[in-house]
Amino acid sequence: MKKIEAIIKPFKLEEVKDALSELGIEGMTVTEVKGFGRQKGHTEIYRGSEYTVDFLPKIKLEVVLADSLQESAVKAIINSAKTGKIGDGKIFILDVDEAIRIRTEETGEKAV
Amino acid sequence: MINPTGFMKAVLLATLMAVAAMTAGTLHAQTAAASASAAAPTTEQRLERLEAYVANTPSPGEALPGPGHNGWMMTAAALVLFMTLPGLALSYGGLVRRKNVLSILAQCWGIAGMVTILWWLVGYSLVFAPGKPWMGDLRYALLHHVTSAPNPAYAPWVSQNVFAMFELMFAIITPAIIVGATAERMRFAAVMTFTAIWMFLVYIPITHMVWGVDGALNGLNNPHALIKSIDFAGGMVVHMASGWSSLVVCMMVGKRKGYGKEKMPPHSMVLCMVGTAMLWVGWYGFNSGSAMGADSIAANAFVTTTLSAAAGTLVWAFAEWVQTRKSSVLGFCSGAFGGLVVIAPACGYVTPTGAVIIGLVGGILTYLAVVKLKVILGYDDALDGFGLHAIGGTVGVLLAGILASPEVNPKLNVLAGKTLWLQQLEAIFVVAAVAVIGSLIAGVFVRLFIGMRPGTEGESIGLDLTEHGEEGYIL
Repeated sequence: MKKIEAIIKPFKLEEVKDALSELGIEGMTVTEVKGFGRQKGHTEIYRGSEYTVDFLPKIKLEVVLADSLQESAVKAIINSAKTGKIGDGKIFILDVDEAIRIRTEETGEKAV
Repeated sequence: MINPTGFMKAVLLATLMAVAAMTAGTLHAQTAAASASAAAPTTEQRLERLEAYVANTPSPGEALPGPGHNGWMMTAAALVLFMTLPGLALSYGGLVRRKNVLSILAQCWGIAGMVTILWWLVGYSLVFAPGKPWMGDLRYALLHHVTSAPNPAYAPWVSQNVFAMFELMFAIITPAIIVGATAERMRFAAVMTFTAIWMFLVYIPITHMVWGVDGALNGLNNPHALIKSIDFAGGMVVHMASGWSSLVVCMMVGKRKGYGKEKMPPHSMVLCMVGTAMLWVGWYGFNSGSAMGADSIAANAFVTTTLSAAAGTLVWAFAEWVQTRKSSVLGFCSGAFGGLVVIAPACGYVTPTGAVIIGLVGGILTYLAVVKLKVILGYDDALDGFGLHAIGGTVGVLLAGILASPEVNPKLNVLAGKTLWLQQLEAIFVVAAVAVIGSLIAGVFVRLFIGMRPGTEGESIGLDLTEHGEEGYIL
């Protein structure tokens, strides 16, 4: 099993969610996060006082899936989240040791 | 069979006839009572009184409140209270960091409560009773003799108790303006103690001098005034008094911890916009109400207030656009605020075009004071009490002297002319001096006996929790 963590632009969330749902992925976890990469922040000016805002709002999307789905899921995220401009985000892929569904106590790929 | 409509008509007719009969009886009784009293006014005298009421000029007969003028002044008083609660409170509250939003609201509300009680106790009397040129006597203490009958010295057709409440709202907003200068770092007890002393050392003397019937600076109503200056709605009383005091007290309190290093952006520009818009609305009570009646001068003030606020808004936003290529909501708010401050002393004396000039000049000068001067001089006037109110108020008082026109306000016939601006300049020095010296004394007292600041840790946690034990937002 793999866990895909994707940092994306907030307004792309709906498209990414729909693209993943089309692959048959049935669940995901989404968090509002702040951060920066190559896309730097912006400057705000209040009555002459300048403030640089480094951390920009992003969405972190986490989804755990079977190894077989990894490639198509990554493609789906890239296709739906890409604008071609700096700040589109990143995808990280991690190994997952185990998954357990609490209600039924099912384990492994059946549980995700 | 009875026709229901006809039946209703009959009932209605009978009722009307009964009412008419009773009214006629009452009228007859009144006429009899009037003719019984020795000095019944003639029809001509009664007409004269009616004309005086319509024109809002002194009543030739007994002083009775006129319902129209009284109605407007009660509305205006409520509008001026609305400027502080919640207008100024929200405008300021939005501009501080979220950990200090409640401290601003608490200070505004605390001041409203305390100043009201002081006003009832002696404040109203010391300002508006005759006495010395710089302070009144105690004849109206505890609002004694302040009844629904008018005090013709101030407002011939407005109940004196309504007049006292209208003026109270000015006494509330003036110290509330100062809490912007010391925002985010002054203890609640220090703010309240400072305000209590400041009312006696600064607000009461300045207001008596400017508006008191025998005040030293009251050029229009006191023939023996030392300096014959004019101030329609509080350019000196409210804005110069609070603005120059803001500069003194913000330097005495010192800079916020981390000022210039940490980020201190407004936590909610939405609240600030809502509050500032309320201020603009309330300002109609402040400026038009200062005519002391619903008369032609009030109507002129309504127009000049609107035009100056609009001119200030535009020029501030334009200056921002020139500097940064963006016009901000805070820019619109600050510009409207500046335009409203600067027109206050002039609104009942100048033409609409005069108001546009005043708004433009005031807008650009307050912009330069807030955006440039503050940075050059390095004081931490957190929400720009000095930049907006001292600069705006002072410029407005001076421009009122230059642009005041007897065609707008016939009372100016004796004053307006080449030298009025010199009288204004002299009054500016007196008012600024009283504000600076009084604030210094009040500040030293608070520093010695109360303590200004909550301590480094308290300031980092925020005044909401350390001073008031609550949070603005539980999310």
